[in-house]
Amino acid sequence: MDILASTRQAFALLLSGDAEIWTIVWISLRVSLIALAVATPPAVVLGYALAQQRFPGRRILVVLIQGLLSFPTVVVGLILYILLTRQGPLGSWQLLFTQEAMIMGQAVIAFPVLTAFALAAVQGADPRAHETAVSLGASSLRAALTTLLEVRFAVVAGVFNGFGRVISEVGCAMMIGGNIAGVTRNIPTAIALETSKGDFAQGIALGVVLMLFALSISVALGMLQGRGGLK
Amino acid sequence: MNALLAFRQLRKTFGARTLFDLGPFTIGEGEAYVITGDNGSGKTTLLRILAGLEPGEIAGFEFCGAALNHDRLAAEVRRDIVHVHQHPYLFHSTVAHNVGYGLAARRIGGAERRRLVEAAIAWAGVEHLRHVPPAKLSGGEKQRVALARAKVLKPKLFLLDEPTANLDGEARTQTIALIRQLVQDGRSLLIACHDRQLIELPGTRRFHLDEGKLAAV
Repeated sequence: MDILASTRQAFALLLSGDAEIWTIVWISLRVSLIALAVATPPAVVLGYALAQQRFPGRRILVVLIQGLLSFPTVVVGLILYILLTRQGPLGSWQLLFTQEAMIMGQAVIAFPVLTAFALAAVQGADPRAHETAVSLGASSLRAALTTLLEVRFAVVAGVFNGFGRVISEVGCAMMIGGNIAGVTRNIPTAIALETSKGDFAQGIALGVVLMLFALSISVALGMLQGRGGLK
Repeated sequence: MNALLAFRQLRKTFGARTLFDLGPFTIGEGEAYVITGDNGSGKTTLLRILAGLEPGEIAGFEFCGAALNHDRLAAEVRRDIVHVHQHPYLFHSTVAHNVGYGLAARRIGGAERRRLVEAAIAWAGVEHLRHVPPAKLSGGEKQRVALARAKVLKPKLFLLDEPTANLDGEARTQTIALIRQLVQDGRSLLIACHDRQLIELPGTRRFHLDEGKLAAV
């Protein structure tokens, strides 16, 4: 294997606008962004409720969310595979090996990350924010939205972290996406496939894109930390 | 004197410890009251209970002549009582947005809201800070914005918790001037404070909270 030659070839592929590579990048972005759009609203609501409300089972839910943060993604894939397979309880939905299944998987993976960040953000909010809103006549919903707006940078930081987790996830995507070219092949599954075939150029090219995503997230988080006063 | 707010008994306990157990108390319409007391005597807690921000055991509670039960207290009085915190919290937006927040919550919008906000900002003397993020304001400026944010709602009762705490010099003078104006305008106020100049403000009645009891001075 000539690493230098493969790297040169990888950049040539990227710069030439190779259709196969950019389709893979597009599928990755589409699936991950939709998954985040689906998972973020309920995760933020749950995070807010866990931080602000006291109800039976709250402590168990917090521990469960924290536990799910390190839940192996391949196990998420396995569970969804069992549910979505033709003989499974959700088999009639015919979602296995589709982008919708991948979205479902990534939403499940992102959910605890988003919830944990929202929970921490609201717990870290100045309690006077909610009280002031209430004292000025805000309804419960308006006071909740105001509190979330006050910690928006921390909540958005959670969205970036969730994106970082799902965009690079391979186990679940491979199991329930099936790595079908042009349909469910995303960056991590393509890298795994091309590497196993010995085609390092495409793997490196996609790896560069993935690292650029990671770098962008890091830069965006840094900017948010600056604006939101996050430490 | 028409009673604005009255209670027969108000008790606050923390476990077995009783912070205060107050007998009958009435706040008259258009009257201003100053409550003094040592740190930890319960002045802040009393104001928070009356604002509906904290639970307390209230018996015989009346507001604007209507008897209210304790469970409904927060919802009933929220619109007519505004509590200003010792260290006011300003939302991370602009001064104008902060002053207009309560109006937006009351669904007052558009030109009417802008007009009221501008009038309140001018009253507090913070016109030049209209679009400034609150993080850039001094303690005195924050207190004046908080008073403008309360006044714009035309509440029936202002609850001011140590409004001049941690202020000195010009900031303290300006804050006291605004409070004096509220008193002169015939607004109903309940002020918890240690500040001698506020305590001696003309037109106010003074009460002292000590060992869980409230007594006229």
